[in-house]
Amino acid sequence: MPTEVLMPALSPTMEKGNLAKWLKKEGDAVKSGDVIAEIETDKATMEVEAIDEGTLGKILVPEGTQDVAVNTPIAVILADGEDASAASAAPSPKAAESAPPVEAAPVQPSPVAASAPAPQASVTSAVANPPQPEAVPEPEVPEGTEMVNQTMREALRDAMAEEMRRDGDVFVMGEEVAEYQGAYKITQGLLQEFGAKRVIDTPITEHGFAGVGIGAAMAGLKPIVEFMTFNFAMQAMDQIINSAAKTHYMSGGQIGCSIVFRGPNGAAARVAAQHSQDFTAWFSHIPGLKVVAPYTAADAKGLLKAAIRDPNPVVFLENEILYGHSSPVPKLDDFIVPIGKARIARPGKDVTLVAWSIGMNYALKGAEELSKLGIEAEVIDLRTIRPMDIETVIASVRKTGRCVTVEEGWSQSGVGAEIAAQLFEKAFDWLDAPVLRVTGKDVPMPYAANLEKLALPSVQDVVDAARAVTYR
Amino acid sequence: MVVAAKKSAVSKTVGKTAAPKAPAKSAARSPARRSEKASGVPEFTKAEELDAYRKMLEIRRFEEKAGQLYGMGLIGGFCHLYIGQEAVVVGMQAALKEGDEVITGYRDHGHMLACGMDPKGVMAELTGRQGGYSKGKGGSMHMFSIEKGFFGGHGIVGAQVSLGTGLAFANRYRENDNVSLTYFGDGAANQGQVYESFNMAELWKLPVVFIIENNKYAMGTAVNRASAQTDFSKRGTSFNIPGEQVDGMDVRAVKAAGARAVEFARSGKGPYILEMLTYRYRGHSMSDPAKYRSKEEVQKMRTEHDPIEQVRNRLLEKKWATEEELKAIDAEIRDQMNAAADFASADPEPDVSELYTDVLR
Repeated sequence: MPTEVLMPALSPTMEKGNLAKWLKKEGDAVKSGDVIAEIETDKATMEVEAIDEGTLGKILVPEGTQDVAVNTPIAVILADGEDASAASAAPSPKAAESAPPVEAAPVQPSPVAASAPAPQASVTSAVANPPQPEAVPEPEVPEGTEMVNQTMREALRDAMAEEMRRDGDVFVMGEEVAEYQGAYKITQGLLQEFGAKRVIDTPITEHGFAGVGIGAAMAGLKPIVEFMTFNFAMQAMDQIINSAAKTHYMSGGQIGCSIVFRGPNGAAARVAAQHSQDFTAWFSHIPGLKVVAPYTAADAKGLLKAAIRDPNPVVFLENEILYGHSSPVPKLDDFIVPIGKARIARPGKDVTLVAWSIGMNYALKGAEELSKLGIEAEVIDLRTIRPMDIETVIASVRKTGRCVTVEEGWSQSGVGAEIAAQLFEKAFDWLDAPVLRVTGKDVPMPYAANLEKLALPSVQDVVDAARAVTYR
Repeated sequence: MVVAAKKSAVSKTVGKTAAPKAPAKSAARSPARRSEKASGVPEFTKAEELDAYRKMLEIRRFEEKAGQLYGMGLIGGFCHLYIGQEAVVVGMQAALKEGDEVITGYRDHGHMLACGMDPKGVMAELTGRQGGYSKGKGGSMHMFSIEKGFFGGHGIVGAQVSLGTGLAFANRYRENDNVSLTYFGDGAANQGQVYESFNMAELWKLPVVFIIENNKYAMGTAVNRASAQTDFSKRGTSFNIPGEQVDGMDVRAVKAAGARAVEFARSGKGPYILEMLTYRYRGHSMSDPAKYRSKEEVQKMRTEHDPIEQVRNRLLEKKWATEEELKAIDAEIRDQMNAAADFASADPEPDVSELYTDVLR
């Protein structure tokens, strides 16, 4: 029976890719392990190997096709004695959203760079298609500025490149940032432009290279330390907190530490508890650190540039799921978003939703749903967690009288708990309902797909909480 | 084959020196006794002897004064005295030039004075006063002077090793010829980040000299009870970092070894390890009665191997100084340290507004 070759998912977050090249043509014999095609994603180029033996009967998707959805049939392999006309009889699984793609596909993707570690990440159905925030103009963007759609990945890369062009003291270090072009391709092209002196591959040694980066910062350089994910930054926690955050104070202001720790933070997909955790609240606890967690590409760019220039240690929390998402970025020579300022992403009058980073996905989708019920939610993108722009939240709560916080992290001692406490202290008289928190469930992240989905917050959770505080 | 090659790389460097090679197996073993067997310790000139005498005595008298103020309740918290180890920092400092950096752990008063920091500012930091080097916010373990090239003063055991490697990284990045002297103890030498730092330092050929001050005890744990390899000069072997053991009670041996190591690092050959065999007379901190070692052991060190007495005896033997001249130096230093103590006692505490300053820039 003919076997369909499906567009493979090269990572858990991949939704589509480009069919770059066919390496076999119709009628060619193929055997297990033969590379038959090359697939491109925004992260990497990968080879597709045949698993079954036979003849490449028909190519269903010509090379050069862009945005081929995962699990779309791209070719048919015929067993001995079959002909191409049999191909149409082959079962044709739809490009499924829910089916485990790799198991279903009779091909197995293999990285072009064989030694590459494959950092995993996540997508849940709730956040697969992020709503675009309404364009509320930034005060720092002049009217009439051209906007260019960029992925967060490109915006982060551009921010680093611009700052490295501007200041010779800025350099990037971390695992796989140079030759591999970044585990998540955030540093793509930097090695080629700035060379190995300023784009430095480190050994797998988080505690050590965090300390080396901090030492270099104490000597006046401006390192950008990339953690492949913030899960691994736990190894370096002592250096980040005891050395980077405290030395300025303990030296009576003598020793500065202008350094950025950046990388993906938060839940990833199907990688279980050790690789899927939100550390925002941890860093948020520490005086001496600034903590930034952008949602849009524009904020990612403007805030990263601000973080690199900041004379203090900045923990810059990215999110892997957002890396591939595009949004408008102002085309300006030097676009900076100040640290410590929240943004009203959607105006409303009935309830205030406060979120940041991936939490904004739930908040904005929730606001859409609530609007259908006649509840107009004001969505605030906090953007910076420390120092927190609680004034913007209070101003909104004075209008709405109600507040719901949204985060993927745990509830106990979480960022939402801090926002709620500050509102009780500073805006109690304006509150018409208790502040509610939508958070991840109080469990380590499970591996099973159904449990993982349950462990994360949902749009419905946001809707339910907003209805509860508005008594509707 | 590879292992043999690495070994020979290290032993070659050791062989060039006159340092003793025997590992310190027992805590009671005297490093100085072994150094006497070693020949070729370079002699000091009269000026060098007098300079070393004065600088070591400054540290000794400062620390004695600090101990006194601690007993009077003027110094709080932890206070780790350097008495007995003075030859290490004084000898090493002689190998440095302007622009080189020094970084160490929590037993740091001696390093600060050796770098040329003002005893008044150091003592006032110990008493938590506004005139202290950190405005009273750092205390004994956290003082800095960029002007004097002193980068702390770090309270987390071993953290300064990564940071010192980072200082060396910055020197390499800026393509200057400065060297980072990164001090740590036999206790810190068992921390994981030390080896992470060794690896990167050699991989990138960073100009750093790692100085392991082996004073025989990590708090109350003797070296042989905590370390599988008690010869710390070999701790860089698997990274191809050369190392040597040095009699850390003989300031001449320290200076000679320091000059070799610093020159090696400065010339771009990468890191170098010096294990200083030394001894602290006092407890780990002021609250440590040091029950884990005998009084005789301490007494033997003090009478037979004291770094300052060694210099003093040579000065007298060679008639480079008289008893009276040396007493005059001592009196002058005592006055200086009394003045520092007076300053540190009278200086006001930091203004309450300082609570919220210096958190961020």
